[in-house]
Amino acid sequence: MDAKELDDIEVALFIQAMQRRHGYDFSQYAPASLKRRVQQLADQLQCRTISGLTERMLHEPPLLPRVLDGLTVPASDMFRDPGLFRSLREQVLPMLASYPQINIWQAGCAHGQEVYSLAILLEETGLYERTQIFATDLSERALRQAEEGIYPAREAQQWSRNYQASGGTCSLADYYSARYNLIKLDQRLRRNVTFAQHNLVSDGVFCEAHLILCRNVMIYFSNVLQDRVLALFRDSLVRGGFLCLGLRESLDYAANAASLAPFDERLRIFRLASQAERKAP
Amino acid sequence: MNTPQAIAIGCSAGGVDALKAVIGGFDAQMQQTVIVCCHTGSDTVELLCEVLQRVSPLPVIEAQERHRAQPGTVHLAPSGYHLLVEADRYFALSIDARVHYARPSIDVMFYSAAEVWREKLLGIVLTGGNADGASGLQRIRALGGTAIVQSPSSAEMPVMPQAALDIAGADYCVDLTDIAPLIHRLCLA
Repeated sequence: MDAKELDDIEVALFIQAMQRRHGYDFSQYAPASLKRRVQQLADQLQCRTISGLTERMLHEPPLLPRVLDGLTVPASDMFRDPGLFRSLREQVLPMLASYPQINIWQAGCAHGQEVYSLAILLEETGLYERTQIFATDLSERALRQAEEGIYPAREAQQWSRNYQASGGTCSLADYYSARYNLIKLDQRLRRNVTFAQHNLVSDGVFCEAHLILCRNVMIYFSNVLQDRVLALFRDSLVRGGFLCLGLRESLDYAANAASLAPFDERLRIFRLASQAERKAP
Repeated sequence: MNTPQAIAIGCSAGGVDALKAVIGGFDAQMQQTVIVCCHTGSDTVELLCEVLQRVSPLPVIEAQERHRAQPGTVHLAPSGYHLLVEADRYFALSIDARVHYARPSIDVMFYSAAEVWREKLLGIVLTGGNADGASGLQRIRALGGTAIVQSPSSAEMPVMPQAALDIAGADYCVDLTDIAPLIHRLCLA
């Protein structure tokens, strides 16, 4: 047996132990990137092997938040894919403006970069006062960081460029203060944001949303789990509600995508079709 | 020796010309799955696909999430995402942290490809300005795959092939112009 086969056994045991010890099911995560994350986590926690990580996860309960964080949180940017934010600003939000109250669900908000991007967009389009943003993630550690809104200052230049390219009307610097090597987003931006833990694998519908953003989250999921989550989004959206995915996300193997009509195919914006418009299964 | 079923190519600075030389020298009969990670710094690889398609006898496409890696086809890693291959040879993407300041990272692609194709994988490191790809190439060799490294003296930027030689070593270290003929010899044998 070579190193690769041994690793595979250790990862499988880790996933099983995680489920039985803490109730988190990672068995439907895409295997290649999950394996990479498990290995990195073992390295970061100075475990010699993945089995060593499994042992600590089983016997040191306070380690759980750190483990969940390592298994789930991707790197994100403010106004990543400026074209998408421009389309939200110019196409989608004007359509949502007719609702007296707008609910937005940011599913898998990680460290919150996109939540603040969204809040800025809503401020500048004058819709923020009647909007509620639900920002959810599996990782409580990520949620705490998202609430703080503190990021490395070296990111600010790229994020400013993204902001401008997305049609921003001010300067991104108007929304943060810089100190040392960090920037902190204006905390007024989160006055209508509710941060909450939610597990897309096991939790259900919790709000009626006009817009759901879940970008580059399902890329970590198997086809089966992706389809399950799409059903969850379908059941959470109001009729005509919008769903935004990452620009490279494919729905080609998801049966539940049939209820979603492309609004902008290239920018991966979809709309929940009314019952009559839905394709036959 | 095992005839390769797949070829994984990594490059960075100077990579477009090097890729043209290698892919332009492919044979239309080749049945291997080809995956490429090239640090471009641009938002999409659309243009790179076009540029390479002009010289390639095989179709050149951007690798698509959840789609199967096709034989006789060149797949490019999309900009801004790591490209991974699953055991069933379907593509997966990730936006995990950059590796060697790069996303897509050659190491990430090489690691997952090594585990899928093992001794039937041919890993190739071309010109580039950093050490990405070296540890991935080491993984390819450790799992029985074959490594070709462009000779640093023939590379526009020698850092990447030199790092690969230092860390992973190589089964073949040849000049850029000799890589395509070598691939034929290994793949059409």
